[in-house]
Amino acid sequence: MKITICIGSSCHLKGSRQIVEELQRLVAEKGLKDKIELAGKFCMGNCQNGVCVTVDEEPFSLRPEDTKAFFENDVLPRLK
Amino acid sequence: MLLFDTYVQKLKYKVLKEVARHDYAGTLQDCYLDIPKAISPGPRSTMRCCIYKERAIVAERVKIAMGGHKENPNVIEVIGIACDECPVSGYRVGPDCRGCIAHRCSSACPRGAISFDENHHAHIDPDKCINCGKCASVCPYSAIQNHVRPCERACKVKAIQQGENHVAHIDDSKCIACGACVYQCPFGAIQDKSFLLDAIRILRESEGNKKYKVYAVVAPSISSQFVYAKLGQVITGLKELGFFSVVEAALGADMVAYREAKELAEKGFLTSSCCPAFVSYIEKSFPTLRPFVSHNLSPMAEVARFIKGTDPDAKIIFIGPCTAKKQEFQREEVRPWVDCVLTFEELQAWFDSRDLDLPSLGEDVLDNASYFGRIFARSGGLTDAVAQALKEQQSDFIVSPIPCDGIEACRVALLKKQKNLLKENFIEGMACVGGCIGGAGCLTHGPKDKGEVDKYGHEAYEKTISAALAQCAYDAEK
Repeated sequence: MKITICIGSSCHLKGSRQIVEELQRLVAEKGLKDKIELAGKFCMGNCQNGVCVTVDEEPFSLRPEDTKAFFENDVLPRLK
Repeated sequence: MLLFDTYVQKLKYKVLKEVARHDYAGTLQDCYLDIPKAISPGPRSTMRCCIYKERAIVAERVKIAMGGHKENPNVIEVIGIACDECPVSGYRVGPDCRGCIAHRCSSACPRGAISFDENHHAHIDPDKCINCGKCASVCPYSAIQNHVRPCERACKVKAIQQGENHVAHIDDSKCIACGACVYQCPFGAIQDKSFLLDAIRILRESEGNKKYKVYAVVAPSISSQFVYAKLGQVITGLKELGFFSVVEAALGADMVAYREAKELAEKGFLTSSCCPAFVSYIEKSFPTLRPFVSHNLSPMAEVARFIKGTDPDAKIIFIGPCTAKKQEFQREEVRPWVDCVLTFEELQAWFDSRDLDLPSLGEDVLDNASYFGRIFARSGGLTDAVAQALKEQQSDFIVSPIPCDGIEACRVALLKKQKNLLKENFIEGMACVGGCIGGAGCLTHGPKDKGEVDKYGHEAYEKTISAALAQCAYDAEK
C-alpha cells in the first residue's frame, strides 16, 4: 500500500509535516514498514481541502490531529 | 518604482517580452525580424549612431533571447557589433597633474615610462608602461587613473580581453558564466543566452499539466525581487503562467546543508558546491583543489532530484538570479534533474508578455524550507546553515568557516589553500558580491536585499533544517 502525503506549500502550512511524522511513527510502531510505503508529493491540486492524502489513489482530506483516527479507520482495515 | 537598475536590462527585457509575446501568438517565426523595428521605431536613433545600426543590434539581442548561437558552448555571448570598442589606454595622467617637482610617479615607475613636458606635467609612454599601477598609488593628487574597460574590470577571473578590432572577447577556458560583465557592460554588448522559449514550450507541451507536470523551483533571493508585489502574488503569477506547483530551492539548500555538514565532518576540509560559478572557477583556475569541492549537488539540482523522485515524469524549471545556473543545468550530473533555467529578468518579461499584473493577483503561498535554507541567498548563509546542521546532527566536528563574498575573496582563500596556508576548514564560495542577491540575473540590486532575505528566512514555518527535511521524509543517505 502506498500512502502519499501532499507536501506542497499550502498543505505544509496546514501541518503536513505532523502528518508525515505521525504516520511514520504509527507505521514503525505497528511493524508495517514493508507493507506501507510513505511518499510525498509537491501539490495534489486540491489545496483548499488540504492536507491532501491519498491511499492507493483514493483521496482523503486530513487535519494533523485526525491522523491517528485516519490510520486506524481508513488505513489498517484496507490492509486486511 | 524602478523595475531595473539600468536601461540595458530594460532593453533586454523589452526584447524578451516581444519574443515571448510572438511565441504565444504563434507569429514568432514570421515576425522575429520585425521586433527590432518595434523596439526602435525611429526615425531617429536613441542609442546608437544611426537607426540602422541600432536595429541591427536589437536583431542580435533577439537571437540571444531566442536561445543564442547553438555552436557556442558558453551561455555568455558577446554581441560584436554592440561592443563600443571602449578605448583602452591603461594608466593615464589626467588634468589633476599639477606638474609638481617631487616626481614620485617617475621614481616609482620600474620601466622609465614617465616623462615630463615643458609644463612639468607627467606623461606615460604606453609602449613602456606595464600597468603595474605604482605611479597611481604614489601620486599625491590622484592624478593618474587606470582606464580599464568596464567588462574587463567586471571580470574578476580575467576571461575578457580585446579581440579582433578591439571587440571584447571571452576566453571560455576561464569564463565561469557569473554574468558580472553582462550586468556591467554599459552598452549591453555581453548578454546571457535565454532559454525562455524552451520554458514556454515545456509548459505548452504539458497541455495544462496533463501530459506531465511542470514545477517551478525558485531561488530564495526572490525575496529581494519583484518588490512592487507580494511574494504570494508572484507565486500566483507563476501558476497563471501554467506551472503546476512552485517549490522553494531553499528546501534543496536545507538538504544540501545537511549532507554537506556530514561530508565536512567525514573529510575534515571542504569547499561548498552550491555556487556553480565558484565550482567552475575551481575547475578552471585551481584544478588541483577540485577533490575538495563537496560532492553534493547544488540546492537547485538536489531539490529537483527530490521532486523527480516523487513525480518521475515531472519537468522542472529553475528560476533565480543566476546566469551560471544556465551553464550548470547542462552538466551531465544535473541534466537529468533540471530541464530549464531562467533568471528573474526573464520571468519579469514572461509575466508582462502575458499581461499579468502581479499586484492585482491573489496571494498564494510558498513554504517548505527552513530559515537556514532560505538564507543561502546571501553571503554567510550557507556557513550558518552548515554550522546549524552539524549542531542538529550532534556532531562534535568544529567548523571553522571562511565565507568568501565575491570571486576575489574566493581567489584569496583558494590561493592560501593551494599553498597549505589556510587555517579554516570550510570555504563558502560565492562568486557574486553579497551572495546570490548580487546575481547578474536579478532585476534590482540594493542595500536592503540582505535584510529582505533574512526577513523571508524568519517567516519560514520550519525553524530547523531537520524539521524541513522531516516534512518531506527526505532521506539524506539516498
